[in-house]
Parts: sequence; C-alpha cells; structure tokens
Amino acid sequence: MSEEGIGSIRETVDAVYRAESRRVLATLIRLLGDFDRAEEALHDAFRAALEQWPRDGVPANPLAWLVSTGRFKAIDGMRRRARFEASLAELAERLDASARDEPERGDEAVEDDRLRLIFTCCHPALSPDAQVAMTLREVCGLTTEEIARAFLTTAPTVAQRIVRAKAKIRDARIPYEVPAEADLPERLDAVLRVIYLVFNEGYSASSGGSLTRHDLSSEAIRLGRLLAELLPEPEAAGLLALMLLHDSRRAARTSPTGELILLDDQDRSLWNREQIAEGSALAERALSSRRIGPYTLQAAVAAVHARAASPAATDWARIVGLYDLLLQADPSPVVELNRAVAVAMRDGPSAGVALIDAILSRGDLEKYHLAHAARADLCRRLGRRAEARASYQRALRLTQQEPERRFIERRLSELPH
Amino acid sequence: MKFMLLIYHDERALSESERAECYGESTQLAHEIHSKGQFLAANPLHPTSLATSVRVRDGKRFVTDGPFAETREQLGGYFLVEGKNLDEAINIAARIPMARKGTVEVRPVIEIAGLPTG
Repeated sequence: MSEEGIGSIRETVDAVYRAESRRVLATLIRLLGDFDRAEEALHDAFRAALEQWPRDGVPANPLAWLVSTGRFKAIDGMRRRARFEASLAELAERLDASARDEPERGDEAVEDDRLRLIFTCCHPALSPDAQVAMTLREVCGLTTEEIARAFLTTAPTVAQRIVRAKAKIRDARIPYEVPAEADLPERLDAVLRVIYLVFNEGYSASSGGSLTRHDLSSEAIRLGRLLAELLPEPEAAGLLALMLLHDSRRAARTSPTGELILLDDQDRSLWNREQIAEGSALAERALSSRRIGPYTLQAAVAAVHARAASPAATDWARIVGLYDLLLQADPSPVVELNRAVAVAMRDGPSAGVALIDAILSRGDLEKYHLAHAARADLCRRLGRRAEARASYQRALRLTQQEPERRFIERRLSELPH
Repeated sequence: MKFMLLIYHDERALSESERAECYGESTQLAHEIHSKGQFLAANPLHPTSLATSVRVRDGKRFVTDGPFAETREQLGGYFLVEGKNLDEAINIAARIPMARKGTVEVRPVIEIAGLPTG
C-alpha cells in the first residue's frame, strides 16, 4: 500500500478512536470483567487495527472488529501469563468459552454497556471525588492530566483516586450492571450529581482568576446528552435542559476584561438561541411527565428567564411558583434563598429581605457569600445603606472567586456614604 | 462471595422493647435471606459493658475491661452473608432494622486457603 494509503488508514483509525473508543471500552469491561484488562485490550485492539487495516482494508463494522480483537487478544495474553499464574488459565478458558457461545449483539446492547459504565463509575460505594474522576476518565476519555487541571489538583492525586476506585470495584465486587428499576431513581441521582458537578466546575471555577472553564462544561453537556439518549428519564432530560440554558448565557456572563455581569445586566442578544430552544423544549417535555424532579424545575426557571426579552419582561410570578414546587422536591436553604430573590422581584425588596433574614437567623447559609450578597443588594435598593455595606463586606470575606470579589468590591464602592 | 455486615448503633439509646422488636425483625430477615441461599450467620452481641479486650505485646498478655475503643456508636451485631456482588450485600444491609437508627458497614470477606469448614 502507498504512503498516502497508510496515512489515510491512520486517519481513519484516529477518527474511529475518537468516535468509538469509549463504546469499545464499555463492552470490553463487561466481557473481560475488569477495567484494567479492558483498557489494555482496547489499546491492543487499536494497535492491531493500525497493523492490519492497511493490509486487509477497514472492516465493515469497525466497532465489532475492535471488540472481538480486543477480547481475543486479552484471552491470548492471559493464556501466556498463565504459565506463571495458574488462576489466569482458568479465567482465560471461561472467557473464551463465553466468547464462542455468545451471539453477535446489536447496537442496543452496546448502548447498555455504556449505561453500565456510567452507573458503575458513579456507584455510591465510590467516594464522590472518585466518581467524578472515574466518569471523566472512563466515560469521557479525559487524561489524568486534563482531569487534574480541571479540578486544580495534581495528576498523581487523580491517578491514585482512579487506581483506588478500580481496586474497590474489583475487590468489593461492585457489579457492572444497569441498576434494577427499584434502585434506578437513587442511582440516577448519583449520576446526575456527578454530571452537574462537572458542569458547575466548568461554569464557575471554585477559586482563581477566570470565571468559566469552557471545556468541562461542554464535556458535562456531552455526558448529559449521552445519558438522556440512553435513558428515557425526565430528570436526565431536565438536567440536560438546565445545563443548556445556563450555557446559553456564557458569552454574556463576563465582560471582555473578565468582569462578572449579572443576569439583569446581560446583553441578551449574546444569548445562544439554539441552546435556549433546545433547553426550553426539553424542560417543557420533562415538566409534562409524571416524574418532575429538582433539575427539571430548575431548568423550568432558567427557561422563564430565557423567554424574557428584557429583565422587566421576566415572569417572576411563574418563577416563584416554580420555586414553591422546587422547595417541596428539594427543601434546601439555597433553594429558599433563590426563592427569596424571586419573591423580592415579584413583591418588592422588603419581602425578600424578610425571607433572607429568616434563613440567616436559623443559622443556615451563614458562610454562603451569595446569601449576604443578595441581602446587601436588597438593602441597597431599600436605601438601607449601612446594612447593605455590612452585608457586602460579609460577602466579600466569604467569596473565593476573583471576578465575584471584584464585583462585590465595585458594588461596595458605588454605595453612597 | 462472602460479605460481613457489621451493625453499629448507640447501644444506650435502645430500650428493652425496641431491642426485642429488633431481634424479631432481624430473625425474620435471616429466614428470608436463608430461603434465597444468602444466609451464613447472624448474631446480636452483648453490650460493650460485657466486653473484654485482649492484647499481646512482646509475648506479654494484656486483658482489660471494655471495648477496644470508646465510640459514639458500638458494634452491636453482625450478619455474614453470601452475595453475588456488592449491590446484593447492600440490599440486605438496608433491610437490617438497626440500619434505620445506626450504620451497617459492609465489608467483603477475604477467603484464605486452608481454613477449616463448618
């Protein structure tokens, strides 16, 4: 074959890797019963593709070829190593037998394997950090360096987390299964939590200079899309809707110099209309289902904002109504705070301050900078300057993010004396 | 695969009637999982007031009154079960009555060769 021919095969293999490697991995994990064995098999399979496809042509079904090749290379490898480790011989025979017995599986089965992988990576027996690291590594294919950079930690830390997680999966026998109907809601919650956490890490970095880490948010949306495709659960659609609607405002959220711009002051012409359309449609459909959950309701709130041509046109009454429902589904102080802000918009700042004060006097959200910032803003609007100043200062002491800090400082300096 | 289910709870916060109810429910659970081939063993333990701790250091034996450590929740009993995977063990653990007030720790058992059977 010509140099050119080999070059183009290499490109094909690269393209197949980018598009299919996660699917191949998910299936190999099921067939070989082990994450590390499956990753080794994956690499062997792609290496074989680079050697054989120039000679034999690209197979009609590259995915099936890679799975089959990876599987048999793993079995061969085990047989060779069995000379030194007797237990491998038995395992190799067992895997070989099941390979010969099993008929060709269709596309649907492959998608099952991807779900298996997601649910296993997000198993509650793994620590939350491990769930995130495993999902980004095994489901999304990020490198340990990329994950470390995204979460402001070191590559060895991430690598160790992943090694420990795989050991726990193996030694504590965490099953590689899609959870049963009865367990699905609880298990799905864990998956959604991981995806949303990744999105939020990307949407607003926990500390440091820049406000958004674009790549993580896109990764989370891609993950959310995959989940919604594979699993017809309203909350999965709700989370995807929420992320799309938040992301639609990315261009308007920061000034060119990295300054924070609040919803009220954003240039709405910069909002991504495609994401808004998709997100709103998803939110609406999820709202009409019989299983309305917190993500769906938050998405519905975001959709109300997205519909408003200007801040003044925002349907705050509807938003308060949605928060009433959200409070039932997720009775947390943060939700109460967001509801209080909406009530302030509907009924005036005094009503809002009263609600926020009730939360703070219970001892909740004392350390949450947004609670004090919201209170400060409402006091400012009521002309209660001393209180506004005190609350802004409290918020300033508590905020971790540079752009938010600068924003609060600006508001403080704008307060008349 | 064997799993040890270690049941921790505040032994002082349990009345006599609660304890009796707990034993009854646990016995029922044991029978249910036995019919599925999952039951290996289960027992409540006498409270830590009846515990004795034994240590041997440098060939010298130290026997003291009480548990190995004072903790807010104490080991109150156990189930030893046979499960296909962790999720099966977790599902059994969640049905143990004390899971509602305390914590059930699920630990996979290491099977070493050469132990006596039965």
